[in-house]
Amino acid sequence: MPSNLVVQPPVDGVRLLTLHRPQALNALSTELLAELAAELEAAERDEHTRAVIITGSRKAFAAGADINEMAERDLVGILNDPRVSHWQRIAAFAKPLIAAVNGYALGGGCELVMCADIVIAGSDARFGQPEINLGVIPGAGGTQRLLRAVGKPLAMQMVLSGEAIDARHALQAGLVSEVTEPELAVERALQVARVIAAKAPLAVRLAKEALLKAQDTDLATGLRFERHAFTLLAGTADRNEGIRAFQEKRPARFLGQ
Amino acid sequence: MPFQHILFSIDDDGVALLSLNRPEQLNSFNGAMHLEVREALKQVRQSEHARVLLLTGEGRGFCAGQDLSDRNVAPGAEMPDLGESIEKFYNPLVRSLRDLPLPVICAVNGVAAGAGANLPLACDLVLAARSASFIQAFCKIGLVPDSGGTWLLPRLIGMARAKALALLGERLSAEQAEQWGLIYRVVDDAALRDEALTLARQLATQPTYGLALIKRALNQSYDNRFDQQLELERDLQRLAGRSEDYREGVSAFMNKRAPAFKGR
Repeated sequence: MPSNLVVQPPVDGVRLLTLHRPQALNALSTELLAELAAELEAAERDEHTRAVIITGSRKAFAAGADINEMAERDLVGILNDPRVSHWQRIAAFAKPLIAAVNGYALGGGCELVMCADIVIAGSDARFGQPEINLGVIPGAGGTQRLLRAVGKPLAMQMVLSGEAIDARHALQAGLVSEVTEPELAVERALQVARVIAAKAPLAVRLAKEALLKAQDTDLATGLRFERHAFTLLAGTADRNEGIRAFQEKRPARFLGQ
Repeated sequence: MPFQHILFSIDDDGVALLSLNRPEQLNSFNGAMHLEVREALKQVRQSEHARVLLLTGEGRGFCAGQDLSDRNVAPGAEMPDLGESIEKFYNPLVRSLRDLPLPVICAVNGVAAGAGANLPLACDLVLAARSASFIQAFCKIGLVPDSGGTWLLPRLIGMARAKALALLGERLSAEQAEQWGLIYRVVDDAALRDEALTLARQLATQPTYGLALIKRALNQSYDNRFDQQLELERDLQRLAGRSEDYREGVSAFMNKRAPAFKGR
């Protein structure tokens, strides 16, 4: 089957997914989105995968959705759009997801970036939600996650004007965590992923869940969740190993138990 | 696409030659020339062969900046948005020259005024004919130096001289420009084109990928704090160390032979 996604088997617990539709600047066709969702689900089941990186090419992370596809759907078509469930599956990925972004991350591409937990951007990356130029609005979290990431004024400016921002602006606004030389973005993402992959998997998973809770609950609920997660971890072997290794001044060996 | 306002070629040595070619108007920019220069720079970027760019002008001038006949403001007419042409043409041009991943030589063959005086400053190595001159003409017509002038001038020659040039708009001779460190070297008029081409051909045999990384590091040094620059040097050295040219350079040195660099 010809694939739009290049999947590298996990090395040191890190799986690398490369969006590969060079003729379309990696536009997120429904097929590509479905492949991505399926790969993430496979990565979630795979015990050797402890973190996943998504990247595109030097020129484009993903330059949006497939406009031709979108044009074909009427109201009913959009109501029954399979993309919605693909996006939900991608956003539900429970292991750490890192986006290594070069070039354009626009529309659906920017929304995919915002599904990632950590974003490393090459200095020539550009982020934007240009949907408004087509008479539509972002439909996969672009109005919701962007506002939570960068705050209201910039989110409004980006979504209402359709104008993109560069990597430096995105860093300052909180949309990305780190900016690197373009050629080193994937490499840096791999470094960060390997560091995370060496931690206790259950702790990583609960930490991610707790952090995401902060975005959609009130503080009291979030704090309660954090405390429950904290308590849960007390029952794991890795916690005992982590603390003992610290006391014995040696590296910990986590087993995910 | 055949060019009308510029001469452009990429030769077998890897030298891309871009010459502004509106000699009757002292090579001043209009929209059409901007578009041609943009197309040429795009071809340089996409070329597999280009290793060095040489920018110069035809006729007696290098570039007189904006063609004002393009911008004539009739009394009573609506005020033009000059910011728009900066945004659309001059800023992308300056960024493009600065970001081009190969060395850019500028041979200033005659008067360089307005934006034409600042374009060379965005290049990497500037040679100027002895009779050439630089004029920050903006102040004479109520404008502000653009195309990076207000940023580059104080960094190249110090704030005192930058302010004098920008506020007085006086003609700066090529020799004075060299003494002040605004440009690299003055060359006799008749020798300028040959010397620039020789320099370009020589650079085109060098490890130009590494040279592009050096250019990148130096360009960023004005923006960075010392610690950031150290980290940038680490990252760029990491990239340089993976290049074929580095391998070739070390191998040639060990085997006491001349290296054959490929620019990658």
